[in-house]
Amino acid sequence: MKRQLSVVLVLLALVAIIGTAQAQDPVTISYVMWDANQLPPYQECAVKFQEANPGIVVDVQQLGWDDYWTAITTGFVSGESPDVFTDHLAKYPEFATLEQIVDIQPLVERDGVATDIYYPGLADLWTRDGKRYGLPKDWDTVAIVYNTEAFERAGVDPAVLDDLTWNPDDGGSFGQVLAQLTLDANGNNALSPDFDKANVAQYGYASNGMGGPYGQTEWSWLSNTTGWSHNNGLWGNQYNYDDPRFIGTAQWLANLWLVQGVAQPLEEQTSLGRTALFQAGNVALIVDGSWMIGTYLASEFPVGFARLPQGPEGRRSMFNGLADSIYVGTPHLEESWAWVKFLGSRECQDIVGASGVVFPAIPDSAAISLQARLDAGIDISPFVDQANEEGGTFLFPITDFGGEINTIMVEAMDRVGLGEVQAADVMPDANAEVNALFQ
Amino acid sequence: MTVNASTRQTGFLSRILNTISNNEAILGLIFVLPSLIGFTAFFAVPAVRSIFISFTEWNLLRDPEWVGLANYQDIFADERFWRSLTITISYVLWNIPIQTVLAVIMALLMNRVSNSAIFRSIMILPWLMPNVIVASLFLWLLDPTLGIVNIVLDAVGIGKQGFFGLPDQAIATIAGVNIWRHMGYNAVLLFAGLKTIPTSLYEAATVDGANASTRFFRITLPLLRPVLAFVIITSVIGSFQIFDTIAVTTQGGPAGATRTIIFYIYQEVFERRISMGTATAASTVLFLILVTITLIQNRFFRSDRSDLAEYS
Repeated sequence: MKRQLSVVLVLLALVAIIGTAQAQDPVTISYVMWDANQLPPYQECAVKFQEANPGIVVDVQQLGWDDYWTAITTGFVSGESPDVFTDHLAKYPEFATLEQIVDIQPLVERDGVATDIYYPGLADLWTRDGKRYGLPKDWDTVAIVYNTEAFERAGVDPAVLDDLTWNPDDGGSFGQVLAQLTLDANGNNALSPDFDKANVAQYGYASNGMGGPYGQTEWSWLSNTTGWSHNNGLWGNQYNYDDPRFIGTAQWLANLWLVQGVAQPLEEQTSLGRTALFQAGNVALIVDGSWMIGTYLASEFPVGFARLPQGPEGRRSMFNGLADSIYVGTPHLEESWAWVKFLGSRECQDIVGASGVVFPAIPDSAAISLQARLDAGIDISPFVDQANEEGGTFLFPITDFGGEINTIMVEAMDRVGLGEVQAADVMPDANAEVNALFQ
Repeated sequence: MTVNASTRQTGFLSRILNTISNNEAILGLIFVLPSLIGFTAFFAVPAVRSIFISFTEWNLLRDPEWVGLANYQDIFADERFWRSLTITISYVLWNIPIQTVLAVIMALLMNRVSNSAIFRSIMILPWLMPNVIVASLFLWLLDPTLGIVNIVLDAVGIGKQGFFGLPDQAIATIAGVNIWRHMGYNAVLLFAGLKTIPTSLYEAATVDGANASTRFFRITLPLLRPVLAFVIITSVIGSFQIFDTIAVTTQGGPAGATRTIIFYIYQEVFERRISMGTATAASTVLFLILVTITLIQNRFFRSDRSDLAEYS
């Protein structure tokens, strides 16, 4: 009996030793992202990746946007940054300058990875002076999101959204429709002479504040239809915030609440945010990005999507994309690169596409995403049509000094939105301050 | 032999202990040692190091580079730095006078009406709550759309207020939040001060025909001075360093209206750029301001002396 027991004990000990030895074998790489909606498809990608690469374990984590960049930056300093992380165009130039993310161009060339399989322009956003800092994973455009019940209450047919026009002087038919959709407590819309601005029951529009330096969902889809652009191209060093076309756009936006009363005042927009205001049910129409589709579909009322209004030079949306970057301090460069390669591959992007949460960077995978939503009875084609339209998109204005530009422009734009100053009075100075950074 | 040795040892030990307990300087040093270790490791060394960093250009990731006074020139040329100082001072002016007057009134009420332990506990409750929780609590209470305060204000006809969302209300609102948080704690401190004033003084004054306000201004306030000085000096220092409430509620907005000096320092490293040099330069300036203000206050309050000594 005693001998049997000791044999069992020895065997158990052996199993334990072998067990730990095996558990220590695979390399674990950490991967972080900020969008909780995208966590499930990427976890699925990680499972597929681990099946193909038994020696690597991917630890997928998610951090909220507000903490995300602080965690990444402090991670650089302490050397504890995740091996691979989802990167943003407004942030990566600084990381590249600080030499904290890996230039993957030599690896791309060594392994013969095709970078032309993505939507045109997406891969180029992540290159500078022959160096490459990420492989594109997805893209986004903006489009109109509307509350069908609010349209019914205002007696407006959503079909009018197909042919709206806009200009910075009088807002065009888009401005008219926003006024028509705004109702006071007595049921008068904002076009009526009896409209009571102090007692609005339903707003035609909600913004997400003044949009700072980029205005991706706030104003760039208006300003950039006038022929204006943020700066002089990729890695530009000359910004155009003093241009009358931009000033006119910013002022038109602020006047929606300062003068016309068709949107909530700035302080109400910023406290809750556009999404919560819209989902509360008393906002008829907003413009938001394709990454928010899932959130809006969860509203308690039927939601529709429509094309942007046509500005003087047509319909235009910012074309923004995320990529995965590798931290220079990773002890597992090869494994991290294998994971980044997989994230940028057709196999993973098809999985992400099938979830319908975002549009993958590979056109065929994006088509799967559109189809997944269509199968569920939801038409999100306005976002895809915008991306496919000739000249329908412009790229995110990446440059250096992102943090400084943000500080200057958020302040200047908010002052306009609060009605403290006119855009024409503050933008020339703000623009001079921004351009001085590059000298 | 062994017995002898141990006796000698005990004798030796007790002699040392005796010397120590007879020497007040050594004894005092032993008592402050634990606190001195903390002070050196977490305050003195970082403070000196931060002054050194303020003369360098450093982004945390590369080696610091000596730049002399360039960081100081940089922040002195930055209008946002000067604006942040103005905003900080306006915050202190909203915060300290109201907070102190309310705390004195509450202390007097406790002294007169009730000094039960339950009452005192309730008064320091806001102070026991973490700042971040207090700030988010008020963020919800004062929300322009959903906040109960605005719903009530609207119902009674005053109309909704922007509070944190409007540049001309935001600093006063943040001051209000911190007044609420600190006045009870300060009141309890002042109440303890009130308890040290002999009642015989009041009785004598009443016999001499002094009315309530004379008694307050001639007896209570002068004799409360050391405690009052402590409360005001520590509150002013804390007030200049306001950060957490702002980080939770306004992040320095709207349009930079609540960017106080500490928030400016934070943005220099975490938002605007990664510039440890200018951030520590601004910290050094703030340090000098606080030292100056505290010296002036000390002189003004003569906080090291109590008038009570003259009566006893």
